[in-house]
Amino acid sequence: MTGSANDKITPKGFMALRLTVNNHPGVMSHVCGLFARRAFNVEGILVTPQQGGDTSRIWLVVNADARLGQMIRQVRKLYDVLEVLAFEADESSLERMDECMAGWEQAGPCAEIGA
Amino acid sequence: MFEGNGAELVIRLLERQGVKRIPGIPGGANLPLYDALGASRSIRHILARHEQGAGFMAQGMARTTGQPAVFFATSGPGATNTLTAIADAKLDSVPIICITGQVPSQLIGTDAFQEVDIYGMSLPVTKHNFLVRSVAELAHVIPEAFRIASPGRPGPVLIDIPKDVQTARIRLSELPEPAQPDPVEAPDVLALSQAAQMICAAKRPILLLGGGVASSGASSVARKLAEAASLPVTMSLLGLGALPDAHPLNLGMLGMHGTRAANILLEECDLLLVAGARLDDRATGRLERFCSEAKLIHIDIDQSELDKLKLAHLAITADVGAALAGLLPLVQAEAGQIGGQCEGRGPWLARVAQCKAENPSQFPGLDNPLTPYGLVRCTGELLASSEFSSEGEGAIVVTDVGQHQMRAAQAYPDLKPRAWLTSGGLGTMGFGLPAAIGAALANPARRVVCFSGDGSLQMNIQELATAAETGANVTVVLADNGGLGLVQQQQDLFYGRRIFASDYRVRIDFVKIAEGFGVRALDLNLSRAPLSDLERALKREGPCLVRVPVAAEDNVYPIVPPGAANIDMIGGEPARDMIGGEVCAAKGGN
Repeated sequence: MTGSANDKITPKGFMALRLTVNNHPGVMSHVCGLFARRAFNVEGILVTPQQGGDTSRIWLVVNADARLGQMIRQVRKLYDVLEVLAFEADESSLERMDECMAGWEQAGPCAEIGA
Repeated sequence: MFEGNGAELVIRLLERQGVKRIPGIPGGANLPLYDALGASRSIRHILARHEQGAGFMAQGMARTTGQPAVFFATSGPGATNTLTAIADAKLDSVPIICITGQVPSQLIGTDAFQEVDIYGMSLPVTKHNFLVRSVAELAHVIPEAFRIASPGRPGPVLIDIPKDVQTARIRLSELPEPAQPDPVEAPDVLALSQAAQMICAAKRPILLLGGGVASSGASSVARKLAEAASLPVTMSLLGLGALPDAHPLNLGMLGMHGTRAANILLEECDLLLVAGARLDDRATGRLERFCSEAKLIHIDIDQSELDKLKLAHLAITADVGAALAGLLPLVQAEAGQIGGQCEGRGPWLARVAQCKAENPSQFPGLDNPLTPYGLVRCTGELLASSEFSSEGEGAIVVTDVGQHQMRAAQAYPDLKPRAWLTSGGLGTMGFGLPAAIGAALANPARRVVCFSGDGSLQMNIQELATAAETGANVTVVLADNGGLGLVQQQQDLFYGRRIFASDYRVRIDFVKIAEGFGVRALDLNLSRAPLSDLERALKREGPCLVRVPVAAEDNVYPIVPPGAANIDMIGGEPARDMIGGEVCAAKGGN
């Protein structure tokens, strides 16, 4: 695709999509469901609430394949998605995502949470 | 000032949106809504017999009026039963709003009685959906659903309302204003002038009109543009009706069961202007070989349809009506500079006329209402006769899915936008009868004819009871071949003639069945004067079923084998079908 939506895409490698979304319990389903049903794999996800908690920011690390422009257009149609921006990315971001949680992980899993 | 419970608020907001009819079925989780609906003086409830039927009734209303239509279902099985009708609306871009009851909030997630996650299940088949978490949200969600359903590319919206939200009390100092559609952005002027130049520079252009043309009310401007720029016009299944059949520029439908002329000429065109069509595989055949030599201008209100399957040389995100209206003066000006006509269009128009003359459509038995094509054409001619049309607007034509559907698309005379209702994208057997009931109730002055097959009719036959109860002016014309005709046709042509699991061993007495539901019925095969009996059935007040036996071996031609290029269509040539049939003028002019 040569759509205007993603002129910057490199032929291989990763892209990071930054979605600003309305923050409610269904929004992750809307976003992830869209990628799943269009058979587009998501390599990494990071979700952070934004100030006030009315919106969230979803970072999606995805493969920069030819269908990405179409995916971005589809994501833009989602009612709860307020903005989509695409950034060039690489594997390092995936590793760093894990590192964010490393501190918690080091303390070991909780024995009892009723699970 | 409003004071009441959530259910009463919903009904009040629906009244303020101008909703007049709501099909649906009550159950445990939506009884508060029904209690409030029962007290409404302006909304009439239509009790369907299956929630899928209710959904298709809403579609019949929305497809004919263009306004969002609402339907109700309860939680659990009631909600899951709606999904096929919702998915159908998604694929054909129909604005319907499904309001489901849900188990009380505190029981959600506990596998409560009649609990399903309809919010999760409807995600992929709705334009948007809501799970309402508090009564205060209702005041926003209900008008918002209308704002979402119809503007832009229309589509279905689902609102799931837990029972406790329906019964919770709320006081509002004022009610929200009914939602108005958001204004659509005007098309890009630069792109339009580029398109006008491409159209006038093309030697062999074709205009392809889709369902978007009908839904944006753009048929007359599409015709003006075609005439101004001498553009031969083909239409997708949902785009039919934009031009009169006999118009010299009308090529008829393209694709799997399209006209030979349209499929042949598309192969030769050097510019394809697509307006409000999404280039579905049934329309294009094998995509790499579809208009492979042509430049593509693609106009659609949904940007994600542009460049989705076929890269456009010029992609214009716009309402089709606005874009074509903007194109018209530009094309006229462009043509004016070169002597009133787009340059060099003569040879192409001559080729089009020649191709149409060489490939007239083959509809055997057109004059005889007891043949598969004849029942379509005779019904259409009777409904077009003065007695019917004198009442104003013409008949509304609805189909189910199968051979009868393709024959109606091919042979019904002069279909009209918003009066041609057929399940295109999802191809849902069972669409016809409930959609026809909805269309009839929303358009009480008009006659509705529903072409159906015995396979399709059995998928929502229970709605005959709804037809009888409402007295809807629906005539079901049933082509009964005792099987799944279009399946048999594929088995015949592509599976070594192994007809398996597609013929019914029990012959159903549909006349008796209809009468059992309280619907008048006749078997045209037993009639001594079939044509006048058919006419009487079409004129009669209230619902009526006309059964016509047809041969299962009669295939629909031409047919493009699934996965093949349109140009490799089978059948429909004059020589082959002359035997035992009669040649008639090409639909789309002669």
